[in-house]
Amino acid sequence: MDDVAIRLGVQELIGDYAERIDEDRLEEWPDLFAESCRYLVIGRHDHEAGMRQGMMYAATKGMLLDRVFSIRRANIFEAHRYRHVVGPIRLKEVTGQVAVVHSHFIVARIMHDGATTLFATGRYLDRIDISAAPYRFNERIVVLDSDKIDTLLAIPL
Amino acid sequence: MSQSGLTAEHGVPWPSNGISEIPFRVYTDQDQYDREQERLFKGPTWNYLCLTVELAKPGDFVATTIGETAVIVVRDAAGEINAFVNRCVHRGNLLCLERQGNVKEFNCIYHGWIYNLTGQLTGVAFEHGVQRQGGMPPEFRKEEHRLQRVRTAVLGGLVFGTFSETVPDLETWLGPDVTRGVLRVMNRTPHILGRNSQVMPNNWKLYFENVKDTYHASILHLFLTTFKINRLTMPGGIYINKDGGSHYSFAKLDYAAEDAEYKNANLRSDSEFRLQDSSVVESVDEYGDGVSVQILTVFPGMVLQQIRNTIAVRVVRPRGVDKAELEWIYLGFDTDDEAMTERRLRQGNLIGPAGYISMEDGCVGGFVQRALQYNDDGAGIVMMGGHEAESQPFRASEAAIRGFWKHYRSLMGD
Repeated sequence: MDDVAIRLGVQELIGDYAERIDEDRLEEWPDLFAESCRYLVIGRHDHEAGMRQGMMYAATKGMLLDRVFSIRRANIFEAHRYRHVVGPIRLKEVTGQVAVVHSHFIVARIMHDGATTLFATGRYLDRIDISAAPYRFNERIVVLDSDKIDTLLAIPL
Repeated sequence: MSQSGLTAEHGVPWPSNGISEIPFRVYTDQDQYDREQERLFKGPTWNYLCLTVELAKPGDFVATTIGETAVIVVRDAAGEINAFVNRCVHRGNLLCLERQGNVKEFNCIYHGWIYNLTGQLTGVAFEHGVQRQGGMPPEFRKEEHRLQRVRTAVLGGLVFGTFSETVPDLETWLGPDVTRGVLRVMNRTPHILGRNSQVMPNNWKLYFENVKDTYHASILHLFLTTFKINRLTMPGGIYINKDGGSHYSFAKLDYAAEDAEYKNANLRSDSEFRLQDSSVVESVDEYGDGVSVQILTVFPGMVLQQIRNTIAVRVVRPRGVDKAELEWIYLGFDTDDEAMTERRLRQGNLIGPAGYISMEDGCVGGFVQRALQYNDDGAGIVMMGGHEAESQPFRASEAAIRGFWKHYRSLMGD
């Protein structure tokens, strides 16, 4: 497969991910992951130190679905949305059917009363299944620059 | 900011001598907050500092805070754990700027004053001047200066510190029940699986009370009921220490019955409200006593939790009258195999800033704080289970919250 086609497919997946979260289509968020997948939100300090417990973790697609269901039906918090801005997407490596991709992001949090703050910054460290279109995440590690969260983390980053 | 001895003579007035009506102004009053720093955090209390495993080698240090006061904890060459205020005696500069590390000595960046690992001043740059001019006067003696000492104690691999020279030793102060609760959870050598913190828009006490509040859990945190996870909870109880401020609550679980319940659930088709992946609650009885939840607090700001197979230390740090930081330190043990670690990580979704049964606690204190904004007259009601702060064999009670106020009032002197 040519490099440009891979880059376009990766860009589409990463853009789709931000859109589904920011436009409150959370039910469609787990579909962007492969059946066998891993999702982790963790602070940079811990990640670099080789620690493994972050703030959110899913080792299966079922765990992603449960996260969405819990946010919708069980957890109580003030209504808010995110706006993701994803920076340069770096295709680091392609091995067989897996692309290793790194990108930067900032996320603003917009509360229901309009209060807008910079909520999170960091990097996405992705392993993307490129065996078929559309591409899907085998793994997305969300490495937060800070290990401090304002108030709580409900919606995935 | 408060200055020692200059805090108000009296704190916020109370409606009675009791501990079941709490004046709302204790959460909003700046003078009260300043007084708490002096009388609680710098008073006769033991405060969590770090884990002994973070101080494995001589020179290993952790910079932390007791209340708002910056403190350093370090292991010295003799293997002893020392703690002192993170403030150079010379001009009051912050001596240690990193969170954690290893040093041979502490060297102040401002004027190069040096302290050994016991906090003793050992070096003063240009002490004798330059070319016999300047320098410290002859009566100045380094031996007479040291960093302000903080007493330390260790229990179950947890390091505590106190500013008080008179508070009883840690175990006596905690009492036999709470000491037993600490040692039950910390019965192996821990390692840190991760750590993060939440910045909460509320007074620190609102969070600490929340942890002691066994009443709210099944009402505010709907995760377990929404997913129809039959908790099959057997009676638990609450132990409250003599001072009232430290406690633990516990509940048992019939692990075998719960396993059977999962298997049955998988056979049924009403799966809309079922977990797709139940590994987030699949737990083992790692202590062999059937206790699935033990929440323990150490006055004024430390929590040790076992929720199923998640083990964590939480530290509540006041950061102004309407702001607090909550640090989560997630633990595993040296006996864990990969399956146990993975189990802890999956169950880790229950707790922390994004925890299924903890995220609400990050915001509910802020809601209270907002409601009290310029509307802090009157008193809250803490009467579930009576007016006293005694240990109880049930959990539908606010006894542990009353215990907090019992200890609080005795130290605040109001």
